[in-house]
Amino acid sequence: MVQALAKEMEWIARILRGERDLFHELIRPYERVVFLTAVSVLRDSTEAEDAAQEAMIKAYRALGSFRGDAKFSTWLTAITLNEARSRLRKSSRVRVESLDDTGPEEDYTPFLVADWREIPSETLEREELAEQIQCAIEGLPPSYREVFLLRDKEEMSIEEIAQVLGVTANLVKVRLFRARMMLQKRLAPYLRRELPQQRRWLSWLGGRA
Amino acid sequence: MKLDCKHVWPYISDYIDDTVTPEERRAIEQHLETCEICSAILDSVHNILVLTADDRIFRLPLGYSQRLHERIGEELAKAAPDGGSASVDDGGSRE
Repeated sequence: MVQALAKEMEWIARILRGERDLFHELIRPYERVVFLTAVSVLRDSTEAEDAAQEAMIKAYRALGSFRGDAKFSTWLTAITLNEARSRLRKSSRVRVESLDDTGPEEDYTPFLVADWREIPSETLEREELAEQIQCAIEGLPPSYREVFLLRDKEEMSIEEIAQVLGVTANLVKVRLFRARMMLQKRLAPYLRRELPQQRRWLSWLGGRA
Repeated sequence: MKLDCKHVWPYISDYIDDTVTPEERRAIEQHLETCEICSAILDSVHNILVLTADDRIFRLPLGYSQRLHERIGEELAKAAPDGGSASVDDGGSRE
């Protein structure tokens, strides 16, 4: 981790000295996190892509201000978040959503299941299943969605997320807990209903073949 | 420390992230051993996290990376970053 930052710092110094093309290599590992951060705010692939590009350009222009106090990815993610949020504010399509947690109190009771049969990742080849999961994530309140995607898709640490968002680690944990419970409540009934049916159908087909 | 179901649920997220105290962990695991429902809930949350982490959820748009680097290339050709010196590699426009 420290080594990675040292290498990045060296590359940044070289870029600032004029080896501009190195910037391509510097950001390559973070293409995905930048897109996901943008999509977590904007919920639209096309808009997220525009925001991701703009964020990368802003990061390039501001490269001289990166001091290495935080990880480069944290810095880049914070720039992306600002870019995406400012686009969301400007967009008349989306009403400005509150970024704090003072909305109506939701119930974070999970969906009760008596047993759970593991659903393997290969099942995501079924497009409607992947879409349902994506919809459920998109349906989370914005502040929960951001935390959820940074933690559970990008595997950032709680502390890093707190740094990016400028909130306490405790608040990150609370939002993460709520996001996960809301997703369980929305997705568990659907997943449970969908999959055994397919299995029955397949075994019936297998039995007839 | 003895927990009932309702008190276990708020810990599920921290339990998955392993940010509970050893005492909390013991109490949670003690409860899970005897409570099928909470065990199933934990399994479902865990399963959902594995599914959502999959690259097939929020796929990158086709050609995203290529378009990104093209845009960056245009910018690099235009100007040095603020605080950077003028290019020493023939203008940095090797696109």
